[in-house]
Amino acid sequence: MAEITLVEAVAMAQVRAMQDDPTVLVLGEDVGRDGGVFRATDGLLERFGPERVIDTPLAEGLIAGMSVGLAAQGFRPVAEIQFMGFVYPAIDQIVNHASRLRNRTRGRLSCPMVLRMPMGTGIKAPEHHSESMEAMFAHVPGLRVVIPSSPMRAYGLLLAAIRDPDPVIFLEPTRIYRAVREEVEDHGEAAELDRCFVLREGGDITLVTWGAMTRETLAAADALAEEGIHAEVIDVATIKPLDEDTILQSVGKTGRCVIVHEAALTGGFGGEIAARLADRGLLSLTAPVRRVAGWDTVMPLPRMEDLYLPSVARILKAARETVSYQ
Amino acid sequence: MKPETDIGTPDLDPRRYWPLLRYLDKAGAAIAPLPDGLDDRDILVSLYRAMVTTRTFDQKAVSLQRTGRLGTYASSLGQEAVSVGVGASMHKHDVLLPAFRDHGTMLWRGVTMTEILQYWSGDERGCDFAGPREDFPVAIPVASQATHAVGVAMAFQLRKEPRVAVCIVGDGATSKGDFYEAINACGVWKLPAVFVINNNQWAISEPTRMQTATPTLAQKAVAAGIAGSRVDGNDVVAVHDVVSRALDEARRGRPQLVEALTYRLGDHTTADDARRYRDDAEVSARWQEEPILRLRNYLVGRDWWGKADEEALIREVRAEVDRAAEAYLALPPQEPTAIFDYLHETLPPSLAGQRRMVEDGDG
Ligand SMILES: Cc1ncc(C[n+]2csc(CCOP(=O)(O)OP(=O)(O)O)c2C)c(N)n1
Repeated sequence: MAEITLVEAVAMAQVRAMQDDPTVLVLGEDVGRDGGVFRATDGLLERFGPERVIDTPLAEGLIAGMSVGLAAQGFRPVAEIQFMGFVYPAIDQIVNHASRLRNRTRGRLSCPMVLRMPMGTGIKAPEHHSESMEAMFAHVPGLRVVIPSSPMRAYGLLLAAIRDPDPVIFLEPTRIYRAVREEVEDHGEAAELDRCFVLREGGDITLVTWGAMTRETLAAADALAEEGIHAEVIDVATIKPLDEDTILQSVGKTGRCVIVHEAALTGGFGGEIAARLADRGLLSLTAPVRRVAGWDTVMPLPRMEDLYLPSVARILKAARETVSYQ
Repeated sequence: MKPETDIGTPDLDPRRYWPLLRYLDKAGAAIAPLPDGLDDRDILVSLYRAMVTTRTFDQKAVSLQRTGRLGTYASSLGQEAVSVGVGASMHKHDVLLPAFRDHGTMLWRGVTMTEILQYWSGDERGCDFAGPREDFPVAIPVASQATHAVGVAMAFQLRKEPRVAVCIVGDGATSKGDFYEAINACGVWKLPAVFVINNNQWAISEPTRMQTATPTLAQKAVAAGIAGSRVDGNDVVAVHDVVSRALDEARRGRPQLVEALTYRLGDHTTADDARRYRDDAEVSARWQEEPILRLRNYLVGRDWWGKADEEALIREVRAEVDRAAEAYLALPPQEPTAIFDYLHETLPPSLAGQRRMVEDGDG
């Protein structure tokens, strides 16, 4: 079994989905001949031809809107938005149409589409290429928002997203597109959506995170272990709908929680998780829930992006304070 | 050679490049032989009947709104020829992607009056069309349905089905990027799609000249590399002819844009008062060229229609509309939990608690 990167796992899942189901189509800017600017659709055109791997005009509203039309007609479009910063022209289609087609037609029409896009910092890209706006999508009723954190989970979750009968926003953290390699078996099995993954067990504190921040969070857990603090690390994976039971169970055990995300603090999805803990887990908490997040600033240009990104040191500080809270 | 310094003013004379197709003049006299197939009493009477039905339905909907029994409603008064002409040109298996004023097209396609009333009363079940199962519900965000038509047309092309996606937008909608993105993509892929611009001269209070500096909207097709044409939208014969031909062309992979010139005789919606921005004189002048009278005059002139026909038709149509309104008013309400039940195919466990609260009346 080959060790592959996250972006290769994304490509592998798309190949598998297209092999298994002739209604799966891939579309987007440069997804065909070029194989995607990150190569996430590499090789698809050669394998499946231009009728199923479609290079679109440069128009994000079109990409999302035509996916709605294709999906309503029984296809399963997997559309790529080149970078998350360019998804905004497509928001109208996602919020006003994709997310609610099933609901507004009482199930007569549905919208089994996936909108994939790279998100987040870490590749020193130009302006508008590095935002993490997952909370914006999570706020929209009717959408699933999925963020893989490893090659294996990217493969399984993307297969699940493509097979899901409803629209899924699939956010791929560019920072870990190639940062780790993992053995991924092309077994064709989907991972479970709407479930958190417990990446590491521990009884002293729960660290909740998703996407690329799982790396810094796991590194922080390693460092904490050396200090004798055993952290449980949860990868939320599907942030909407949220599997709050897994998080509550963990916090029920540890009594302490730090939430880590790259997106800006205010209105970030960490606030939602903290609110759920306040609502249903307050009595098991022995310390206030802390959040370590990006600053409430415009995402800086590459020279300053490391300053923006929550560091292992910031996570450690918050975790130590939470554990020692009396 | 000297470079051309005068970039000049392009010749945009619409009469030269974008002739307006018309068969019946404003008074209903034929100015050209009617096209093959349409010079037929039964067909013309069916179009007439559909226009009268649409107008009668509109009047009913407005009066239901005025008496507090319907929500905000967008009437199609004066635009019946575009609406009906488009519907009558489509094949059953084509797919309609309508704007919110295209009741005549939807009725012709088999959406029921009860369903349309239900939708405008704020009940989602009105979009679960019993008839045209693949047609889209009306799009409220202007022009947003244009890109859906691209996907639908691409589905037809991929499956090699001889079907067409038919999208209707208003003149205001042509100002939006979606519209251009859609016609452009159809040109690139040669998709079986027809876009009909229902140019009723106004987008709420803004006249067409505040939407565009181009003398016609049909010419927007040029930039998309597709065919464009213009038709008198108050002449149902011309609309039927032009749109039918556009559909034939689209079925052969030649996407089409049709601008139909008509006029909104009513308010924008029941929440609007058009007198704030529009002269009475302008409106009453436009009543002289409205589509229903025009076709009736033609039919009467051919001895194909008389007073008795008219009276019988009015009786029948009123009865039909009244029955639909009664059926609408008698509909049982949706279950409160219905707001959860179509959100996803299966309800995510995390939402089950919220659904239970509504079920228990804790909402
Ligand atoms: C994107 C968007 N912006 C604003 C509105 C509010 N609005 C509803 S109808 C309308 C005017 C539409 O004009 P036009 O496209 O010419 O269609 P008409 O109403 O004349 O049939 C506006 C501005 C809307 N529905 N969608």
